[in-house]
Amino acid sequence: MPSLKDLKNRINSVKSTRKITKAMQMVAAAKLRRAQEAAENARPYAERMEAVVNGLAASVQGSDTAPRLLSGTGSEQTHLLVVMTAERGLCGGFNSSIVKIARYRAEKLIGEGKTVKILTVGKKGREQLRRDLGDHLIGHVDLSDVKRVSYDNARAIAEDVLGRFAEGEFDVATIFYNRFQSVISQIPTPQQIIPAPVPEDAEASTLYDYEPSEEAILEDLLPRSVATQIFAALLENAASEQGARMSAMDNATRNAGDMIDKLTIEYNRSRQAAITKELIEIISGAEAL
Amino acid sequence: MADTLQFDLVSPERMVASVAARAVRIPGAEGDMTAMPGHTPALTTLRPGFVTVETDGGEDQRFVVTGGFAEVGAESVSVLAEKGMPGAEFTQEVYADILAEARAKLDEAPQEHMDMLAKLVADLQALATESGLRPD
Repeated sequence: MPSLKDLKNRINSVKSTRKITKAMQMVAAAKLRRAQEAAENARPYAERMEAVVNGLAASVQGSDTAPRLLSGTGSEQTHLLVVMTAERGLCGGFNSSIVKIARYRAEKLIGEGKTVKILTVGKKGREQLRRDLGDHLIGHVDLSDVKRVSYDNARAIAEDVLGRFAEGEFDVATIFYNRFQSVISQIPTPQQIIPAPVPEDAEASTLYDYEPSEEAILEDLLPRSVATQIFAALLENAASEQGARMSAMDNATRNAGDMIDKLTIEYNRSRQAAITKELIEIISGAEAL
Repeated sequence: MADTLQFDLVSPERMVASVAARAVRIPGAEGDMTAMPGHTPALTTLRPGFVTVETDGGEDQRFVVTGGFAEVGAESVSVLAEKGMPGAEFTQEVYADILAEARAKLDEAPQEHMDMLAKLVADLQALATESGLRPD
């Protein structure tokens, strides 16, 4: 049975924990609004880019001159998994859920005899993947100094990936990130970026005048499209992270409240028990006289 | 036919401008082009330069772009710029950053991309001179 003083200390410490989680929740809520706004602002560009690339890809696909970013290398032997996670923890299952689908995919590919290479973005994913897939990690992008992801961050990652592709390090690249659905739901999503997936029903946009040629434009656009997709994923991830942190901290705050209530009841009981005990002692002492 | 077209300038991070325009001059990779309502659909890559928009009110708005592409249609022009900003935001500091980045790329570029990047730097310098900045 803990002493009254112990209980009092316990209650105070849980109270300060609750203050911290409450503060973290509010910070996450403020950051979430900003992150969502950023994701929204980036949408027009991404949408148009996708429309143009799909139109072009449909008309160039199948021709011998199609760029390799579109047609692929002709093999599917080596896969690059770009795993995007947060730099910080305390955000519920956010990091684990991405790592889980990435690990599942990696193990499946290895089981099929494919070569798997992993590029991590964000510290948390790297820490979790190092344990069992450490040999497959080929690089890491550190964004811990970045307060707000900008297009330049995305472009740097894209250049790294494209450089590796140009040197023939891999055939297929897939990014893993959390798509923001709502504050309580973020969907871990794999998305293939190289070779560029073309929807089956994409219509060739033949009505355009191209300046320079279709191929030349596509050559210029595809790397940009990769950067744009990575940028969109980073933004979705940033919003998801804040959303996940917000709900995790909301839970933590509520749990701390419950715990304080329970401890307070225990404290009051022990205090009452002590008083009763003292009274009994006095009364029985008086009776003995 | 309408006598204006919808002009949108978007960069990856935000929508920079969206106005009704009578004519838009675009710095295409193979030469400037002016798009007016009813233009044939065209798709072109951009070099660094000014996008000049003649708005419905008759005044000119200038925007700086550093590359990207433009989609021209009969009723709309969309410029998807890698970096895009109103002319007034294009200051010496902004320019210095962009130029330094282009030069760094030129230094480590493989032989086959040399010409393209050298042209990019030259275009940037021309752009700076035209905006009244020091091109160095």
